[in-house]
Amino acid sequence: MRGPSIAHIVLVIAVLATVPLLTPSNVVLNFLTVALLIALVGQGWNVLGGYGGQYSFGHAAFFGTGAYVTAILQMRYGVNAWIAFALGIAAGALVGAAIGALTFRSGLKGSYFALVTLAFAEVLRILASVAPITGAGVGILITLDLRPQAFQFQSRAPFYWIVLALLAVSLIIVRLIERSRFGAWLVAVRENEDAAKAVGVDTARVKLAAMTISAAITAAGGGFYVQYFLFIDSGIAYGPWISIEALLAPIVGGIGTVFGPLIGALVVKTLGELTKLIAGDAPGLDLVIYGGVLILIVAFAPHGIAGLLTDLRARFARLRSSVLGRAHG
Amino acid sequence: MVELRVERVFKRFGGLLAVNNVSLAVEAGRITALIGPNGAGKTTLFSIISGFLPPSEGRVFHRGADITGMPPHLVARRGIVRTFQIVQPFAGLTVHENIAIGAHLSRRSRADALDAAAEVASTVGLGDLLGRPAASLTVAGRKRLEVARALAAEPELLLLDEVLAGLNPAEVATMVPIIRGIADSGVTILMIEHVMQAVMRLAEHVFVLAEGRIIAEGAPRVVVDDPRVVEAYLGHGAAARLSAAGGAHV
Repeated sequence: MRGPSIAHIVLVIAVLATVPLLTPSNVVLNFLTVALLIALVGQGWNVLGGYGGQYSFGHAAFFGTGAYVTAILQMRYGVNAWIAFALGIAAGALVGAAIGALTFRSGLKGSYFALVTLAFAEVLRILASVAPITGAGVGILITLDLRPQAFQFQSRAPFYWIVLALLAVSLIIVRLIERSRFGAWLVAVRENEDAAKAVGVDTARVKLAAMTISAAITAAGGGFYVQYFLFIDSGIAYGPWISIEALLAPIVGGIGTVFGPLIGALVVKTLGELTKLIAGDAPGLDLVIYGGVLILIVAFAPHGIAGLLTDLRARFARLRSSVLGRAHG
Repeated sequence: MVELRVERVFKRFGGLLAVNNVSLAVEAGRITALIGPNGAGKTTLFSIISGFLPPSEGRVFHRGADITGMPPHLVARRGIVRTFQIVQPFAGLTVHENIAIGAHLSRRSRADALDAAAEVASTVGLGDLLGRPAASLTVAGRKRLEVARALAAEPELLLLDEVLAGLNPAEVATMVPIIRGIADSGVTILMIEHVMQAVMRLAEHVFVLAEGRIIAEGAPRVVVDDPRVVEAYLGHGAAARLSAAGGAHV
């Protein structure tokens, strides 16, 4: 079967886990924490978009719900931060299931699905920017309480390990999906819905399940964001920026692959920092370079970096066998 | 025993009457063919039987149970599995993975489904192509893949929609025994087919559909000599001219 084994995942996570032991630099840890957060959010998108072929432009709806529920339960109802975080994930899943039920029941596909998910996220953003419970335009500040039981820490390392652990769980979930009947059905839906129906696949239900899992993973990213930055407002929670980050990482890294979102997030975030460095003080120049490089990646690696690696490996194997064949002949 | 019964089915698309009062019965355990000129409504009828289209009127029964309007995945789970005239492979997947999707209908485990898929692949002659991407197959290969995927779902009733169309005579000759083999393993087959040589060799009972209506039925030999059938294919008056010409030779 294609795809990495659980042992590969454990190895990658173990290597990443050593970073705080190797460097005390807050800059490096902060950079990696944000990159892994994007990888986590992108992994959520990848379940539905990469494996299921349903391209959502509105994953902010799940990220924001995870973030707001985590924040509101703590600050307005005094719920423990960890419990609030878990409930935030559940709430994100619920919103995913609700939006999925509405869109898939009405048979929305392709660009229509993308637009409707975007619309849902925007509606939530506007509601959050006026509703008193979300702090309206002001947003919500989480009171500083640097204790582990409050999901807050003195140093960055514990945050880094937590987001890494969340990412590890998401990688394993995706790998298990890949190896399951549900995963086979989900890919079948992506490839050809009619053909899937003809061999007994309940395509609406498969998509709904994928969207629920996808939303839960992305909501975990939202909840983590709140604990890390201790602030949330409607623009951050439900803004288009996170919907774009969610799809950019897997698309650059390789959609429908276990490690695609992680590779993509690291590349995209590194690129972002490098272009800032190169562009110096010229305003906006970093974004121009950033955009240009992204276009190049998508043009030359249409299956993402993971796909490029597979292609190169296949090409190398062919080259070697033809060289060997000639040597024998 | 009757495997499938279609009763007084109509299908309208706007002003077009695609299926016009069709009733037919498919006996269990044998090969039944549905023939007719292009545009006769054969594929539409298949879509109605398999749940992809609701009929405008009429009912469909599987082993006595009313399955009219049942969604396609439930029809498939009852044991009625169709292939598509315009082949519908899971293009990004390998041949092996394609067939395994069919096998998953009755198998939860990925390993079991892949094992079953490999077995089915060898019965339809795709055994050597398991690792190939479905998109790289030839027309003949894709037609086989359609059959293999449906067969892996272990149907009671297999609906084959022109699986021989577009094949050269040699390819047809290799497919005919495969279809015969499927029937011999106990699967009831209803096939839409244009390749008459294959229909004559395979089918025990033939229905002829023209302009949405069943115009003849019976044993293949009887049906092809039916003047109404000849006229449906060759035009009004053709039967008379043919028999006059044939008579002159005798």
